[in-house]
Amino acid sequence: MKEHPLTSVAKNRGGVHVAYHKNTRYMTAQRMPVPAEVVLPMQQSIGAPCTPLVQKGDTVKVGQKIGDSDAFVSVPIHASVSGTVNAVGPVRLAGGSVCQGVTIASVGNMELFEELHAPAVTNLEELLSAVRESGVVGLGGAGFPTHVKLRVPPEKHIDTLIVNAAECEPYITVDNREAIDNSWDVLSGVYTLKEIMRIPHVVIAVEDNKPQAIEALEKIAGRDNTVDVMRLKSIYPQGAEKMLVYSVTGRRVPDGGLPADVGCIVINIATVAFIARYLKTGKPLVSRSITVDGTAIRNPLNLRVPIGTRLADIIDYCGGFTKEPEKIIFGGPMMGVAIYNLNAPICKQNNALLAFEKADYKTEHACIRCGRCAAACPMSLAPTLLKTLVSAQDTEEMKRRGIMSCMECGCCAFSCPSGIPLVQYMKLGKQLLREAKK
Amino acid sequence: MADMIVSVSPHLHSKDTTRRIMLDVVIALLPALVMAVVRFGLHALALALVCVGSAVAAEALSRKIMKREQTVGDLSAVVTGLLLALNLPATLPLWMGALGSVIAIVVVKQCFGGLGQNFVNPAIAARIVLLLCFAGAMTSWQQPGFVLWNDGVTGASPLAALKEGTTEGLPALTDFLFGLRAGSMGEVCALALIAGGVYLLVRRVISPIIPLCFIGTVFAGMLLRGGVTFALYEVLSGGLLLGAIFMATDYVTSPITPWGKVIFGVGCGLITLAIRLWGSLPEGVSYAILLMNIFVPHIEKLTLPRPFGARKGGKA
Repeated sequence: MKEHPLTSVAKNRGGVHVAYHKNTRYMTAQRMPVPAEVVLPMQQSIGAPCTPLVQKGDTVKVGQKIGDSDAFVSVPIHASVSGTVNAVGPVRLAGGSVCQGVTIASVGNMELFEELHAPAVTNLEELLSAVRESGVVGLGGAGFPTHVKLRVPPEKHIDTLIVNAAECEPYITVDNREAIDNSWDVLSGVYTLKEIMRIPHVVIAVEDNKPQAIEALEKIAGRDNTVDVMRLKSIYPQGAEKMLVYSVTGRRVPDGGLPADVGCIVINIATVAFIARYLKTGKPLVSRSITVDGTAIRNPLNLRVPIGTRLADIIDYCGGFTKEPEKIIFGGPMMGVAIYNLNAPICKQNNALLAFEKADYKTEHACIRCGRCAAACPMSLAPTLLKTLVSAQDTEEMKRRGIMSCMECGCCAFSCPSGIPLVQYMKLGKQLLREAKK
Repeated sequence: MADMIVSVSPHLHSKDTTRRIMLDVVIALLPALVMAVVRFGLHALALALVCVGSAVAAEALSRKIMKREQTVGDLSAVVTGLLLALNLPATLPLWMGALGSVIAIVVVKQCFGGLGQNFVNPAIAARIVLLLCFAGAMTSWQQPGFVLWNDGVTGASPLAALKEGTTEGLPALTDFLFGLRAGSMGEVCALALIAGGVYLLVRRVISPIIPLCFIGTVFAGMLLRGGVTFALYEVLSGGLLLGAIFMATDYVTSPITPWGKVIFGVGCGLITLAIRLWGSLPEGVSYAILLMNIFVPHIEKLTLPRPFGARKGGKA
C-alpha cells in the first residue's frame, strides 16, 4: 500500500519562492449576471484562427457554434450567451493584437441551443472528436487545443496521466476551487480519459499550499493505486509542464520534446472536469472560472463568467477599483500580460484578472553577475549570459546555450537585484533566432 | 484609466537590490574595521575614511566626466574603498590610500565600463599597484596594541617567519583570532572576518563554495607541509580570510556556476600555496585572486550546466 497522498519523486532545480496571496481560496466561483454584450475573438487558442459562421443580425443561442476552422490545431468557438449578432469584424485582444471576432448582444435568458446533445463516446477516435467539438483548450493558461494534446502518436506509449492542479502562480485559486467544488467531475474525467486512452496510472498533482484541495481529492480518489493524489512542494514554477513531469515521475522531457516523449500527458484539472461535464451534457465551453484579485479590486472574487465577457463588466461586478490601478494583469503576476484598458474580452485560457494600486517595479541597473538568475532558472540556463548574447545578436551561441528551452517563467527577472527585464531579452533572443532561421 | 504600466512579465520582484547587497557587504566589513581601529589606532580609521571618500568621489566624478548615468548610489564604490583600506598597512600615508582608491575606481573599474564590467577585482588590482609603487610603505607592519594614532613601531609580518617553515616566536593562535599580530589593518582579526562571512552567508549574499574551497586548499597543502598547527597559522596569517571571504567572492570577478566556484576557489588556493611555499614573496593571496579573475570567463564556459532535458553531446 502506497503512502497517501504521494510525494514528489524528484526535486526541481531552481525556482523561486513567491508570496502566494491565495486570498480567494475559500471562495466558490460565483456565477456572474449575464453581461449585455460579449465579444468572441476567433483566435482564442494556440493554432489556426476560426472563420465566423454567423452574420450580423443572426440570432444565436448558448452553445451554438459560431466559428470553426478546417485546421487540425484549432477548436470551434461557441456562442456564450443567447441573443443577436451585433457585429462580425476585427476586435482587439488584451495583448494588443487584432483578429476577427463576433460580438453578441445578449437577450439575457441564456437559452440553450436545441441541437446540443451528449456525445456518444466509446473509443479513442470518438473521444478526440468530442473533445474537439467541445471547443476546449488548456484552461490553465497555455490555451493549447486539448484534442491535439490527447492525440498521442501511436509509437509513443503513455503510462502516466498527470492532472495539473499545482497552480503555482500567486493569487489564482480557480484550480483549487475546481478540485474542492467539482471533485466528482474531476474524478469522472480522470476515469474516462484513463479508460479510453488505456493509461495505467493517473497522478493528480497539487502544491502543498492547497491542503483543502488535497483533502477533497484524497477523499474520492480510488484506493486501487491507479489514481493517486500527489502533494508537491510549493515552489514556482512547479506547475510548468516539464517541471511537473520531473517532480511526478523523475523523467526529463527532452529539449524540444513533449511530455509524451517520456510517457506522460499533462492536463489541467479544470480541463479534465470540463471534459467530464461535456460528455454528460454536450454543453460546449461557453463559460469559465477566473480569479479577480489584487490590491486595487474592491471585492476580490472567483467568478464563473461567459467567455467573451468584457473585463470592464467583470471589474464592475467586483465593486470597481479601490483606487486608480497602476497595473492591471491578465493572468498571473509571474507570466500574465499587463494590459492598458478594460475593453478586451475574457478568452478561453484566461484564468485571472489582477489589478494593483502600486506596480511592483525595479529600476534597471548594470548586471553585477551575482548569478541569482542562473540559480533560479528551472531549465538550468544562464540568463545573464544569454542577455549578453542577445545584445550581441549572436544567434548561434544563443541557440547553443539553450535559449529555446526558456519558457519565460520569469524566475530570472524576479530574482535579479539589478531589475534587468531578462524575460524581455529572452523573448527578443528567440525572435532573433526565428528570424535568423528564415 | 490613464498612465498604466504595461511592462513585461514577471510583475513581481524579489526584494534584493544591488544597493542592499553592497550595504550588506559594508555591514559585514564593519567588525573588521572596528577591530582595525582598536588595534592600530585612529590613523587606521582616517585611512579607511580617506579610501572610501576618494573611491566615492572618483566614481562620481568619472561618471560625470563620461556623461554616464550616476551610479554612486549603488554603494559599490564604498565597498571597493573599504576593501582597499582593509588591505593596506595601517601606517600607510593617507595620500597613498587615496591614490589607490582612484586607481581602483578609475583605471580598473570605470575604464572597463563600470560596475559589472571590470575583469579583475578593483581593490586587489589597486593594492598590487600600490605594492609595486611603494614597496617599503606597503610592507611596513605596525605592531598592534592600544595606540591612539600611528606610533611608528613596526615589525615583521608572521608570514615572514612561516616562510622559514617555523611557528616559533609567533604570537599564540588565539592572538590571531583577536587581531594581536602584525598585518594589513583589516586582515588581522580573524574572528571579525569570520563574523562578517557568517553574516553574508545568512543574508545569502555569498555562497560558501569559494571561501571553503580557497581556505580548504591552503589548509590541506600546509597540513602536508608542516602539520596542523602550522596549517592553522598559515590560514590565519596574511590576507587569506579577508581575501577568501570578501575578495574572491566578488560577484563581478568570480564564476556564477557552482562548479566554476569550486575551480575558482581551489585555483586561488593552489596559487596562494605555490607563492607562499616556493615564491620569493611572503604573501600570495592577492596575486592568486587576480590571476584567477582572468580565468573566470573560461572557467564559466567550461562549467555552464546543460539546459534541462538537453542531450549529452547533442544540440545544446
